[in-house]
Amino acid sequence: MEFPTALVLNAIIAGLLLGGFYAAVSVGISISFGMLDVVNIAHPAFIILGSYIAYIVNDRMGVDPILVSVVVSPLFFALGMLLYRIYYLCFEKRGQESLRGLAFFFGILFITEVALVLIFGVDYRMVQTAYSETTWRLGPVDFPMRLVVPFLVSVTMVVGVQLFLTHTFFGRAVLAVAQDQLALRLMGVNPTRVKGLAFALSIATAGVAGAFLIVIQPVQPAIGREFIGLVFAVCVLGGMGSIWGTLLGAFVLGLAESFTSTFFGPSWAPAVSFGLLLAALAFKPSGLLGR
Amino acid sequence: MADALNEPLLEVCGVTKRFGGFTALDKVDLVVRPGERLGLIGPNGSGKSTLVNCISGTLRNEEGGIRFEGRDIGKEPAHRRTRLGLARSFQIPKPFASMSVLDNLRIPLVYAARQHEKLSKSHITDEALHILQQVGLGDKVHAMSGGLTQVDMRKLELARAMAAKPKLLISDEAMAGLSASEVDDILVLLSGLRQQGVAVIMIEHVMRAVMKFSERVAVLVAGRKIADGDPQAVANNMEVVTAYLGQ
Amino acid sequence: MSNRAFAAAAFTIALAIVAASRLIPNDYFFSAAYTVLQFIILATAWNILGGYTGYVNFGSAAFFATGAYSTVFLYKALHAPLIVMIVTGTLAAGLLGLAVGYLTLRLRGVFFAIATLALAVVLYTFVVNWDYVGGARGAYILQPRDIPFGLPRYIHLLYSAMVLMTALALIVARAIETSTIGRGLAAIRDDEVAAECAGVPTLRLKIFSATVSGALMGMAGTTFPYYLSYVEPSAAFNLSYAVNSIAMPLIGGMMSWVGPVIGAVLLGTVQQVVQVTISSAWNLLIVGVLLVVFVTLAPNGIMGWVEAWRRRKR
Repeated sequence: MEFPTALVLNAIIAGLLLGGFYAAVSVGISISFGMLDVVNIAHPAFIILGSYIAYIVNDRMGVDPILVSVVVSPLFFALGMLLYRIYYLCFEKRGQESLRGLAFFFGILFITEVALVLIFGVDYRMVQTAYSETTWRLGPVDFPMRLVVPFLVSVTMVVGVQLFLTHTFFGRAVLAVAQDQLALRLMGVNPTRVKGLAFALSIATAGVAGAFLIVIQPVQPAIGREFIGLVFAVCVLGGMGSIWGTLLGAFVLGLAESFTSTFFGPSWAPAVSFGLLLAALAFKPSGLLGR
Repeated sequence: MADALNEPLLEVCGVTKRFGGFTALDKVDLVVRPGERLGLIGPNGSGKSTLVNCISGTLRNEEGGIRFEGRDIGKEPAHRRTRLGLARSFQIPKPFASMSVLDNLRIPLVYAARQHEKLSKSHITDEALHILQQVGLGDKVHAMSGGLTQVDMRKLELARAMAAKPKLLISDEAMAGLSASEVDDILVLLSGLRQQGVAVIMIEHVMRAVMKFSERVAVLVAGRKIADGDPQAVANNMEVVTAYLGQ
Repeated sequence: MSNRAFAAAAFTIALAIVAASRLIPNDYFFSAAYTVLQFIILATAWNILGGYTGYVNFGSAAFFATGAYSTVFLYKALHAPLIVMIVTGTLAAGLLGLAVGYLTLRLRGVFFAIATLALAVVLYTFVVNWDYVGGARGAYILQPRDIPFGLPRYIHLLYSAMVLMTALALIVARAIETSTIGRGLAAIRDDEVAAECAGVPTLRLKIFSATVSGALMGMAGTTFPYYLSYVEPSAAFNLSYAVNSIAMPLIGGMMSWVGPVIGAVLLGTVQQVVQVTISSAWNLLIVGVLLVVFVTLAPNGIMGWVEAWRRRKR
């Protein structure tokens, strides 16, 4: 049998394009879990919420979802601040983050999914954009615009977050709070406030990434749960809290999923991210870039 | 017979511990003999707690070896080291908050002490009460451990370590932030261990307590041991003084 | 009360309940009761690892489905008697708990929780692709014609089995809770590092806890295929199992065996009512909201209120 070059090349390209998007989806977890140690398993809920908001606006007013996401991100930022406030008052202060914090976020994830089912039903929703049908072709390789555009904006967002963290005062405060809260306090900065804003940022990225998602594929409320494995797999593979690690982990995952889908069928794809996560947790929890 | 008494109880040889690029312990050697009272001092961040964590097994050192009663315990998990007779208290008290003071002691008695001593169920309660009397918590036996005062929590920490019936007890800054009379309480407690033949490593910043209590003093600065010997000699050692003044 | 006495009492009551149920003509009662009993077992099982040991399991559905699908497998392969299916399903789920625990309980509780989520998805994908047990299309399980013990209908047998299994689960939970192991688990829950340094073999106990918890959750699922007569993955892996097995102990109280029972009976009944009067989606929403409300405002659950009230009276 001749080597399926075209198939492999397409799997690679699709994997890389998806990988960029997966990085956008996961960068929030790198912040909230990797840096702030908040186990926000409700992160995917905000992704899906972002998708549905983009869907509504696109459906009613025909606006491109990616534009919607940018406009709507302050809303998610505020939501993130509110959520952290509740989490901090009820759990972190009381030192009960582990079990009850987890249950809390799980509840939020659950409520969001069920509420979406009640409002929108379980049917898949999709958007219409100017480019969703377009595909560039380069030899045997396809570059579907519905993957390329989200890839570009995703990578931009991720790089933007990284630059923000390393080049602004507030960003560096976030990096500092991850490492030494006492030192931060001694510098006169309130760690709780920094954490709240960082958490809000992570939720904002989720909402934005959600809008990217609905360009790539149709969504329905249960998809959120599938993303849990994905975002944590990327975060763990990427070494927990390193943005570059997140990008690397995301590409690894994207490629793994793409190849599995191409050669074994798409019904196995959800198992890939979770399987990789389980393997990473069992064998190398410090990630690819290891700490 | 004399040989057995001089056989070291704990031997720490060339222990090195790194956190990423930061070396917290750099080839530290330490010896403790049975029944000995060793004071361990050093500025903040010098690696004292890291050393305790490596000895107790909470952390794994990258290089070097740890022997207890002549046997290499480097690969043993912390609970097995405790069962062998090596107990420690925590600098920030970690009570089992859902349990009473008495029940807090039942854990080490059942899980550690009972491994090398015959203790029936009723004995355990008696032992626990006895230890609590010794440390001065006799009237708080049934109080919830989560609601104790600072000094009582420190006492509970030490009581719990004692309840493991150890041959070596490491007390990690039990006196930090306490008043003078409270410090004396803890000192009395630790001195009482002398009669039971328990070796103690006392990690403290309260100098008068260290001087009063220790037969020998070791000094840790920036992960390295820079002095080890007679308490008075160490106190006069220029290097030690500078290290502390430099703080 | 000693564990032996409790066990005797529990089994006696169970047999009495089984005998008394002969007098109930209404089949709906058995249907509803089966569901509530299922929840009691699930909640009790979850609480062994959750409330007693402090490790959250989001993948209860995986263990429940293991029990259900091992029944399906044995049905197709051997037409085995029910008791064999129950034992096998329990053991299989226990093995799963052991394996997952061994691999992930060395890590922080957080990673264990995420691993359990991952487990549910991986297992679901696996089952969906496994044609022998029906895959995505599902499998039909026919209730046998001959019903042992002279019971009138098969649902009575299932119900009786559930009652006995519930008694067993409660006996096991209480035995663990009051034993030395239970003290060790509580120490792990309160402060794992301190427990380890106090001589508690934390990894061993955690794995034990995960194994027993998984086994009992699997046990709850073993009769499920017969109850529905038809099993498909989305029913066996239903999200309601994941959320209920957390919500019920949390609302009832996680410190003892009583809490999950209270939570299961209360929440289970509420859900039966809502499901019939409104819809199953609203049902789940209510459970989710109650979970969040209780975890933020009343983290010790109903039993916690009772304890606090008792303490104030002293």
